[in-house]
Amino acid sequence: MSSEKSYNVGEHPDLPPPATEVGFIGWVNHNLLSSWPNRIITLLTVYFLYLIIPPLLNWIFLDAVFVADSRDDCRAIANAAGEELGACWAFIGKRFQLFVYGFYPVEERWRVNLSFIMMMAALIPVLFDNVPNRKLGLWYSLIAPVIICWLLIGGLGLTPVPTDKFGGLMLTMVIGVTGIIGSLPIGIALALGRQSDMPALRMVCVGFIEFIRGVPLITLLFVASTMLNYFLPPGTTFDLLLRVLIMVTLFSSAYIAEVIRGGLQAIPKGQIEAADSMGLKYWQSMRLIILPQALKISIPGIVNTFIGLYKDTTLVIIIGLFDPLGMGRASLADTKWQGLSTEIYVFVAIFFFVSCFSMARYSLYLEKKLHTGH
Amino acid sequence: MTIQVITMALLLAFFFFIISNAITNLETIGKGYSFSFLWDASNYDINQTLIEYDSRSPHWRAALVGIINTLLVAVAGIILATIVGFLLGVLRLSSNWLINRVVYVYIEYVRNVPVLLHILLVHGIVVNTLPVPKYAMMAFDGALFLTNRGFYTPKPLFEPAMWAVFIAFIIGIGFTIWFKGYARKVQDETGKIYPILWISLAAIFLFPFIVYFIAGAPLTWEYPELKGFNFKGGLVLRPEFVALWLALSLYTAAFIAEIVRAGIQAISHGQTEAAYALGIKPGRTMQLVIIPQALRVIIPPLSSQYLNITKNSSLAIAIGYMDIVATIGGISLNQTGREMECMTIVLGIYLSFSLMISAFMNWYNKRMKLVER
Repeated sequence: MSSEKSYNVGEHPDLPPPATEVGFIGWVNHNLLSSWPNRIITLLTVYFLYLIIPPLLNWIFLDAVFVADSRDDCRAIANAAGEELGACWAFIGKRFQLFVYGFYPVEERWRVNLSFIMMMAALIPVLFDNVPNRKLGLWYSLIAPVIICWLLIGGLGLTPVPTDKFGGLMLTMVIGVTGIIGSLPIGIALALGRQSDMPALRMVCVGFIEFIRGVPLITLLFVASTMLNYFLPPGTTFDLLLRVLIMVTLFSSAYIAEVIRGGLQAIPKGQIEAADSMGLKYWQSMRLIILPQALKISIPGIVNTFIGLYKDTTLVIIIGLFDPLGMGRASLADTKWQGLSTEIYVFVAIFFFVSCFSMARYSLYLEKKLHTGH
Repeated sequence: MTIQVITMALLLAFFFFIISNAITNLETIGKGYSFSFLWDASNYDINQTLIEYDSRSPHWRAALVGIINTLLVAVAGIILATIVGFLLGVLRLSSNWLINRVVYVYIEYVRNVPVLLHILLVHGIVVNTLPVPKYAMMAFDGALFLTNRGFYTPKPLFEPAMWAVFIAFIIGIGFTIWFKGYARKVQDETGKIYPILWISLAAIFLFPFIVYFIAGAPLTWEYPELKGFNFKGGLVLRPEFVALWLALSLYTAAFIAEIVRAGIQAISHGQTEAAYALGIKPGRTMQLVIIPQALRVIIPPLSSQYLNITKNSSLAIAIGYMDIVATIGGISLNQTGREMECMTIVLGIYLSFSLMISAFMNWYNKRMKLVER
């Protein structure tokens, strides 16, 4: 036997590591089967996945019907293929336009598409700092919202579209993006007000923030839809979408303010004192010294608030606006498609997951990029 | 100073403007601002009432039913979310790759989808996929019936002697609190350690159990029975409640799991190693060193999640669970046309909930704060 061969001291050749410690087997050994509790957990998890995944896959893909004219059609197709009926995605396909554009007039939908492209283009210079001509791009980003607003509402040469025709994903985008753009400056102002030395200003800011944070968004939306008219001069009417936009913006600005306050409090006092001793005025020291640092550390919180705002746009269905969820529920009234609510929910869930997950990922990227510590 | 004066002046002018507008507007349509409608009969039924209520009851009682329903779903949600959240948080830190990934996927899915969608989805599943009462799904050998009209379970009927058991339970809790202090004192003085956990468990659970049998088992169960198209008797959890409760708790549990994970990871590994170096066993290290420090990080965001559950329970209106927004802020508002008064009540109630929770949180933070030199 050659392996029994004897070596002089110090001359034994290096042996390869045992097969159980490296490669795939080693990985499995270490990560799945390292101890008895670990093995039991692995086993239970595999069983759980076995219970969950095959039915889900069947429902979403294998048994699903993608092209049909009604729910009965879906069922007939599934029966003909000899399988149980899974998801009836044909419904989503037929109503896709409605999900995206709401009741926006068909011949004017190019305006929505154009706005979407313009918004995406406006986002690029804001989100990434290594694009060419960024400065020019930022100017564009600044004026783009005004143009988009004009494109969507119309007037001045375009056919006006009343805001109650807005719906679907487009409405979600409008509310979410307006809320995000509007709430950041208001939030910063509120946070600075709350930290200021002037008691009257501080009291007002604290009162506003605590009030907004103390009540659910849905009650504020109710206030907007039922009560707001009472507080305006007699005879004024106020667009429902505009009221919702204002409420959503105010709501999330209170949360942004709290996040930024956390950032402001984390800045050592020495920074302000140093700025003061350099002779900087309040606004100068805030703009050049304090806010850049405070905003940087509050990025995760700010993005989380934005994600929350974006998700909260679904609440508008309760006061009668039609976001994708409301659109889907409304189209269920069609007898051809009754009872397909799960398909709608899954479809809308996928949409929200994609948008919110990418926001969260972007925030991680930003955190890494701005991390100047060790 | 000038800025302050201007702020106050602007604020006062703003309030004056909206209040005078409100007064003129209310006068034009001939409505006052008074809460007297609260004593009129409500004329509507509520499907889930924990206190006595019918359509002849006044509006304030409807509001009370709403408040109780809100609190019920909030408290039940907080309990379930905490349990599931801590479990998921610990599993997320597990060294087992598979469970770690599964929990990660679950958390990311739940956190990135709106809570309203979760509520509607769970409600849809309960209503559309569970069987009608006639073909009810039976679980735990008849202890639980799952139907699309709700979950039915036996209802405990207390006989008068049951009070003795409740009193025993309270005595048990009181004893545990006293015993904890006593055991700590003894340990400080002599170093002797009592098995606090077992003695507390015995005091809280075993003692009432013994009293229960001494009192002659004063508890019977009323079983739900299928009569006609529905179950009669027993305790029913309505589908709206079940959907709201499960959706809110599972949604919040994902956030709590992330908080727990962050809290445990925030404790540096040196703490564990130092405790081991002192010869403290792993279990007691967790109990005496890691958990107290992790809790300090976990509690503040946790309490804001509790507040979120309470506020999110207002989404009940989407599936017809009769909480405070649906009763006084919904049906009562529509019937009486008193938008101002009803919304004032709803806003006031939510504000007082959140002020109470944040007051508690501040008190707790102060107690737990690291005392530095």
